[in-house]
Amino acid sequence: MISLADQFLVLVLLINFISLGTSRLIFSIRAVAAQGVILGILPGLIHPFSWHLVGITSVIIVAKGFVIPFLLNRAVRSAEIKREVEPFLGYVPTLLLGALFTALSFGFAGKLPLAPEHQNYMFVPASIATLMSGFLILTTRRKAISQVIGYLVLENGIFIFGLLLAEAMPIMVEAGALLDLLVGTFVMGIVINHISREFSSLDTSRLTSLKEE
Amino acid sequence: MFAALIILPLIGAAVTWLIPYDRLRPKVFSLFALGHLGLTVQLLSNTPPPSAGGWFVLDALGKIVLLGTSVLFLFCAVYSIGYLYYRRERSNRILCVGMLVCLSAASMVTITHHLGLMWVALETTTISMAPLIYFNRNARSIEATWKYLLICSVGVALALIGLYFLAYATIVAKVEPSLLLDDLMRDAGKLSSGWVHAAFVFLLVGFGSKMGLAPLHSWKPDAYGEAPGLVGAMLAGGLVNLAFLALLRVYQLCLATKEITFFQNALVSMGLISMVFAAIFMARQADFKRMLAYSSVEHVGIMAVALGLGGKAVFGALFHILANSLSKGVMFLASGNIHRSYNSKNTSQVKGVLRRLPWSGALFLAGFIAITGSPPFAPFISEFTIISSAFIQGRAVVALIFIVSLAIIFIGMALTVLPMVMGEVPPESESTSYRDTVWTVGPPLGLLLLVFLLGVWIPEPLMSLLNEAAALLEVPR
Repeated sequence: MISLADQFLVLVLLINFISLGTSRLIFSIRAVAAQGVILGILPGLIHPFSWHLVGITSVIIVAKGFVIPFLLNRAVRSAEIKREVEPFLGYVPTLLLGALFTALSFGFAGKLPLAPEHQNYMFVPASIATLMSGFLILTTRRKAISQVIGYLVLENGIFIFGLLLAEAMPIMVEAGALLDLLVGTFVMGIVINHISREFSSLDTSRLTSLKEE
Repeated sequence: MFAALIILPLIGAAVTWLIPYDRLRPKVFSLFALGHLGLTVQLLSNTPPPSAGGWFVLDALGKIVLLGTSVLFLFCAVYSIGYLYYRRERSNRILCVGMLVCLSAASMVTITHHLGLMWVALETTTISMAPLIYFNRNARSIEATWKYLLICSVGVALALIGLYFLAYATIVAKVEPSLLLDDLMRDAGKLSSGWVHAAFVFLLVGFGSKMGLAPLHSWKPDAYGEAPGLVGAMLAGGLVNLAFLALLRVYQLCLATKEITFFQNALVSMGLISMVFAAIFMARQADFKRMLAYSSVEHVGIMAVALGLGGKAVFGALFHILANSLSKGVMFLASGNIHRSYNSKNTSQVKGVLRRLPWSGALFLAGFIAITGSPPFAPFISEFTIISSAFIQGRAVVALIFIVSLAIIFIGMALTVLPMVMGEVPPESESTSYRDTVWTVGPPLGLLLLVFLLGVWIPEPLMSLLNEAAALLEVPR
């Protein structure tokens, strides 16, 4: 099962590159949804079967794979935008940076004092690489929706690390964190809607009326 | 008892959501705030034992923050009765509901010893306050809301990875995996130091950005500047303390793992950077609400420096939690009144406040004197304690930067505040229907009296509470 989990993690990494390299927002949202579904399947691959596990898996898939993408799609539709234009940093440089960060995170994870049972997994490097990709998207894009996508990718990276800690994190806390993410995305969706109404664009670089002179 | 503290505000949120009348809602809202303070006082005087499993423990640190939050919240709630009367043009439903949800989550932060649960509650306070910053429904406030929501969410997410690293340290060390503060402190000696170190860095950055320590403070002037006065008071006097409490928990862990020197140095440097930043940006600030935001950056800096210094300064930091939150309440509520009356927060238009609004103007002036650390107000006591402790420990450079920043901030703030309250009302300034009433002046006046009272006399129970809390943070020699 471990090798299967690792292959899914490779998929997660590939999706990072898709989100880093595409300008089409709908495509980006689909990519993050697919990432969410994969993250939902992963716990089933590394833990023995139980109904408890089935519950967790389905909640994660519904939340990350369907509800959050639905909220984002709605925001995109109401704001009537399709593409990220003129990011602060071009797509090719961000992809290259993403590749560099991914390589670095593998090197870095090799040096970390991991527990022996996790030595051969790809969880830690995949987690750090996804976290860094999220951060890259967050900092290099102009559109508010792209920034939310970056935030979600970052959260996914944290989630992958959380898979190693199933015993330490009680179900209530996991559920609370997921609920916060859901409500957070919901509120961000509403704010995006209002930004597009106030500024007739979703360009956060136009949010400069509060700059310090 | 613990459950009541969390559930009561939630019931309040549901009730205020259902009330259809904008005039009635703030009154019901205040009743629930009063109930919460009643419960708080009862919990403080008669503390129940830790809940089964150790998830809920009300220790001295939690008590101080809970008390500060609950008192400030009640004053803000009562103020909302008068304030929202002048904001009848829009519904106040979301404001009342959001504040109560935030109060519930804030109570959760103060009573839990489970770091994961504390994280969830802290993130809930962030999200529940976001719609309130957007109360004015204009382009500037949406910009502020976006910055606040994104920066704080990402910041708190970084704190979560810090918590995960902590939990992973327990797995590597082969002790029982847990995120309970007490378990972690018990096993602290065995934890893998590499992971713990990384965890502390992430936790400091995460909670630091939520608290608004420079250089992670960029959301603060915008959010505080655009939010209505009472929301600004809750952000600057309530949420800041919750993030500080989270840092105090990390500090406790650092004490147990003997990694404290590194964390202390980081706190001192971030705190001093915050104070210097505030001193630079405070000068010639034309927007008096943004000026208050930089004052908040200064005061979180003071708390961080004090915590980092250790020794007697820790007492100063804990006392400053209360002093800062009450004084910020005075300033923000009075600034809300001034903003209503002039319909502007730019000091080129706001002049002669003492003539137009004698009460609010005097309160704003007194609040300024209090917050800059002049006697006989409470912030003087905490700042004096911190400075003298810095000298006793031989940290002369830290003390010097601290004092110089305070002096520059005093001058910078005075250059904004004095022309504002003195002088004549400019003839071109807009006249509005706002007049000082008992409901809008009473709450900041009450807060000011408390700030004064704490400045001249600390009641015995509070003194022993502060000492008990400081003992929890004592660095073993």
